[in-house]
Amino acid sequence: MGPDPEHSAAGEPAISVRGLQMTYGEHAVLTGVDLDVHAGEVVCLLGPNGAGKTTTIEILEGFRLPSAGEVRVLGENPAEGGDAWRARVGVVLQSWRDHARWTPRRLLEQLGGYFTPYATADRPRPYEVDWLLRTVGLTENADRKIGTLSGGQRRRLDVAVGIIGRPEMLFLDEPTAGLDPQARRDFHDLVHRLADLEGTSILLTTHDLAEAERLADRILILVNGRIVADGSADALTRQVAGSAEVRWACDGERFVHATADPTPFVRELFRQHGDRVTDLEVRRANLEDTYIAMVQRFESGDRTAPQLAEVSR
Amino acid sequence: MNPTRHAVSLGLRRGWTEFVLSLRSPQDQGFYLFMGVGTLAYLWFNRDTELEGTGLLLPTFALPSILGALIAFGVVIGPAYALAMEREDGTLLRHKALPHGMQGYVTGQLLYHSLGLLPLLLVILVPSFLLFDDVMSNGAAGWATVAWVLVLGLLATLPLGMIIGSVVPSVQKVGTWGMLPIITLSAISGIFFPIQAMWGWLQAVAQVFPIYWIGLGMRSAFLPDAAVTVELGDSWRTGTTVLVLAAWAVFGMLVTPRVLRRMARRQSGSQVQQAKEAALQWVR
Repeated sequence: MGPDPEHSAAGEPAISVRGLQMTYGEHAVLTGVDLDVHAGEVVCLLGPNGAGKTTTIEILEGFRLPSAGEVRVLGENPAEGGDAWRARVGVVLQSWRDHARWTPRRLLEQLGGYFTPYATADRPRPYEVDWLLRTVGLTENADRKIGTLSGGQRRRLDVAVGIIGRPEMLFLDEPTAGLDPQARRDFHDLVHRLADLEGTSILLTTHDLAEAERLADRILILVNGRIVADGSADALTRQVAGSAEVRWACDGERFVHATADPTPFVRELFRQHGDRVTDLEVRRANLEDTYIAMVQRFESGDRTAPQLAEVSR
Repeated sequence: MNPTRHAVSLGLRRGWTEFVLSLRSPQDQGFYLFMGVGTLAYLWFNRDTELEGTGLLLPTFALPSILGALIAFGVVIGPAYALAMEREDGTLLRHKALPHGMQGYVTGQLLYHSLGLLPLLLVILVPSFLLFDDVMSNGAAGWATVAWVLVLGLLATLPLGMIIGSVVPSVQKVGTWGMLPIITLSAISGIFFPIQAMWGWLQAVAQVFPIYWIGLGMRSAFLPDAAVTVELGDSWRTGTTVLVLAAWAVFGMLVTPRVLRRMARRQSGSQVQQAKEAALQWVR
C-alpha cells in the first residue's frame, strides 16, 4: 500500500509559489513569479506566447527544474516529489502520435493500472474505464486504433489519461486547442464536474479568453515572466480605467469615448446635443479588452494603471 | 501491494500487448518477411559454395553467424529506434507522469524487444531446415547452447540499444549513432566470412564487442566439432564467450538505469512539442 495521500493539512494551498525564477543562459523566462492555488479552485493562467506559461506549468508538474524560488504543490517540492506525490497529480499532455496501434480502452486500462496501489477508502483510484470513456465522449471510439482518431478525439483521450488517477491537482496546458465548439462545451462541463464534485484543484493555460472567463474562479496574467494581474474576470475588468466604451455619431461625425461610468456620460451627451446624437452604442469592457490593455502596458514597460485608449475620429 | 512490483507486472503486460499488436501490424509483418526472404536468398544463392578447407557448405557456416548478428542487430537497433521515437512522440512523457511509470515502461520495452526476436528466428530457421541439409549438427545439446547464447546475448546487447536510444539527439540520428556502428561491427565480426581473413588489429577490435561472441556461440551450437578449425585458436572458447557476454550484461545493468534516469529527467511537454515541430519541418 502506498503512503497515505491525504496528509496535506486542510486549508493548505494546493499550489504555493514564491519568487520563482527560470533562466536559460542569459535569457530570463521567469523573473519572480508568486502564485497560489487553493484547494478546489480553478485557476487560469493567461499570457502572450513566450510569457513563460508552459515553463511555469512544467516546473509545477515536476518536469523541469527552476533556477530559483520556492515551489510547493500538494505540500511537496515537485522536483523531489516521489511516486506517492505523482499519484495525486494529473497532467493532461498534448499527445501527438503515441500508442497509434493501441485502442483508447486498452491504453486507459494499462495506464490506469499504475494508480491502483494508491487508492484510498475515500478516493478510489483509478476511475473506471467505461465511466471515463463515457465522460469524455469516447465510448463509440473506445475500440478503434488511436492512430485513426481525429485530432479532437485524441484531445479527449489526452484528458481521460490525465484524470484517470482521480487527481487532487490537475494541470492542463491549452487543453481545448483544436477542439470543436461542442467538444469544448463538453470539456468545460467536465472541468466544472471535477472541481465541484471531486474537489480537484485545477490550473490551466489557454488563449481562449471566453473559456477563461467561463471556467476560472481566478485568472492570472503572466507577462514578461511575472504575474501582472490576479483576480476574477470581473475584478480584472474593473482594474482597467475606462471600463466601458461609448460610441455615437453627431452631425455625421463618429466619436468613441472610454469611461468608467457610462450612464452620466450619456446623460450629459444628450443634454448637450439632444436629437443630433445617433447610432449610440455602449459597450462594457470584457476580459479580452482588459487582457490586451494589460499585456500592452506591461510589454511596453509602463507600470501605471491601464486605460482604454480615447480616440475621436 | 508493492507499487514497484505492481509496475513491473503492468510493464510485462504492456510488453506483451505491444508484441501482439506488432504481430498484427502489416508494417512489422513486412519487416519479418523482408528479413526472412533476404537471409534465405543469400544462403540459397550460395548453397553450393564450399568453405575453404572444411568441406562445409556456406549455408551451414553462415546461418548461425547470421542469426547471431540478427539477434544483436534486432535488440540494439529495435530499442534504440523505439526509445528515440517514444521520447519524441510523448509515450515516455505519459509514463513519467505516472507513479512508477518509468519502471513499467522500461520493463515493457525489455519484454517487447526480447519477444520480437522469436518471429525473426522462426522465419529464418524453419525455411532453412526445409531448404538446406545439415543445419543443426549437435541435436538437443546444440539447441540448449542456442538457448543460453540467446539469453546471454540479449542481456549483453539489449541495454546497449536502450543507451543509444536515450542519448541520440533525435530519431534521425539513430542511423548515424546506432545503425552505422552495428553494421560496421557485424562486417568485422566474422559473420559473412571467417574472422581470420582480417588484419590482426581488426580481429582484436571485433573481439571486444558482443556480436562476434554471439556469432561464435551460435556456430558452436550448430556446427559439427570438426568446424572448430575455422575459429581463432581452433577452439569454441565457450568460457570466454560466457565471460565477455556476462561482462557486457553487467556493464548494461550498471549504466543503463543511470542513462535512462538522466534521459527521463529531461523529458517535458515542450520537448515533445519541439520534436513535433521538427518532424513537421522534416516532412516539408
